[in-house]
Amino acid sequence: MNDANHKPRLATLWLGGCSGCHMSFFDLDERLIDLARRVEFCACPLMDYKDFPDADITLVEGAVANEEHLAYIKKVRKHTKVLVSLGDCAVTGNVTALRNLFPVEDVLNRAYRETSTVVTGIPSGNAIIPRLLPRVRPVHEVVKVDYFIPACPPSADAIHAFLTALLDGRTPSGSGRFG
Amino acid sequence: MNVNTLQIDRKMVTGREGDAIFAVAWEHGIHIPRLCHIGGLSDVGACRLCMVEIEGQKRLQASCLTPIQEGMVVRTDTPRLRQHRKLIVELLLAERNHICSVCVADGACELQSLAAALGIDHVRFRYRFPTLPVDTSHERFGLDHNRCILCTRCVRVCDEIEGAHTWDVCGRGANSLIISDLGEPWGESESCTSCGKCVQVCPTGALFDKGKTIAEMRRDRGFLKYIVTARKEKQWIG
Ligand code: SF4
Ligand code: SF4
Ligand code: SF4
Repeated sequence: MNDANHKPRLATLWLGGCSGCHMSFFDLDERLIDLARRVEFCACPLMDYKDFPDADITLVEGAVANEEHLAYIKKVRKHTKVLVSLGDCAVTGNVTALRNLFPVEDVLNRAYRETSTVVTGIPSGNAIIPRLLPRVRPVHEVVKVDYFIPACPPSADAIHAFLTALLDGRTPSGSGRFG
Repeated sequence: MNVNTLQIDRKMVTGREGDAIFAVAWEHGIHIPRLCHIGGLSDVGACRLCMVEIEGQKRLQASCLTPIQEGMVVRTDTPRLRQHRKLIVELLLAERNHICSVCVADGACELQSLAAALGIDHVRFRYRFPTLPVDTSHERFGLDHNRCILCTRCVRVCDEIEGAHTWDVCGRGANSLIISDLGEPWGESESCTSCGKCVQVCPTGALFDKGKTIAEMRRDRGFLKYIVTARKEKQWIG
């Protein structure tokens, strides 16, 4: 992964998840500073960028829940060398996929009509809110994923061990747990 | 008592004639994976995780139901067996709705820990997401079919140890369901004595104590050994 004239470019991405995996990533605390010396952060949900850049490693949090996620992850796959599913939502669908037990209309009705105090209609894919897919899917069901870090959320230590191994050119061993 | 000598994973071991390969292996510290077996209950060979290779036989055998034989050469951990076990656990995870992060058994679930031990970090099959009921009609316990792997430990403990035979299996294949009595809600079962034995032996989050929330369900299985020893050997040791 280490190239003399180019630090590996690291991106993180947030699809249908709760941001918990990113919080765990930020829990690397001072280790983030060491990481910043070894990689170039090229995209993350807190950075301003227009188009997803070329990346060497992309950590993706969250399941594929709507049309925007689907189009986006396909694009990211084309622009990244190593794609990593970070956390249970990306790996299994997790809580995001709980809605798969119900038809999508029922889910929308429940959220936007039955339980809402101000009913302003059901968003169905206008310019602002993307249309939900009929079922939430783990990332590897829609694009090829190279590595998986299960757990909800994975611990900062697990993320650190994974990234360090990858950057050192070793094969990362899993997080040691499933789900 | 006749004693047989055999080889398991290149180790010479001995067992009583008629003992299952599985039991003899465990006695000698070779821990073959399993989900449906639990010490003290009869074996049914339901989960197929304890399959082993026996020299001279093409077919894999469920070690919990295969008796040892003099001179047998058994392998319990080969690439082929590991592949099969991974496949079985992935199929179990894809079959129903296993959302560990919101499950009562998270952190103390035999399915979850076996997945990790086998190095499973994702499921290669499409999740089925079936719509399944949760029976909370019993005063003290609940049954969540979403987490059930149909191991039938509950059926056997209720029948063989408690003597109530409240549980049974209805339906076929992946659509099978554990039922109480003739399909009544558990809370209305006339045979259930509310002893809680089924809840203690369940390997997953399917049977649980009411009032337990995420990752709070922990089990106590000491009773099984206690009762079985008492019955067999007339000794009351805990
Ligand atoms: S039963 Fe086990 S594998 Fe299934 S959701 Fe609960 S903890 Fe996870
Ligand atoms: S609580 Fe006891 S009697 Fe009732 S179903 Fe479970 S094992 Fe059977
Ligand atoms: S409820 Fe638990 S013990 Fe009974 S068959 Fe299902 S997983 Fe096994």
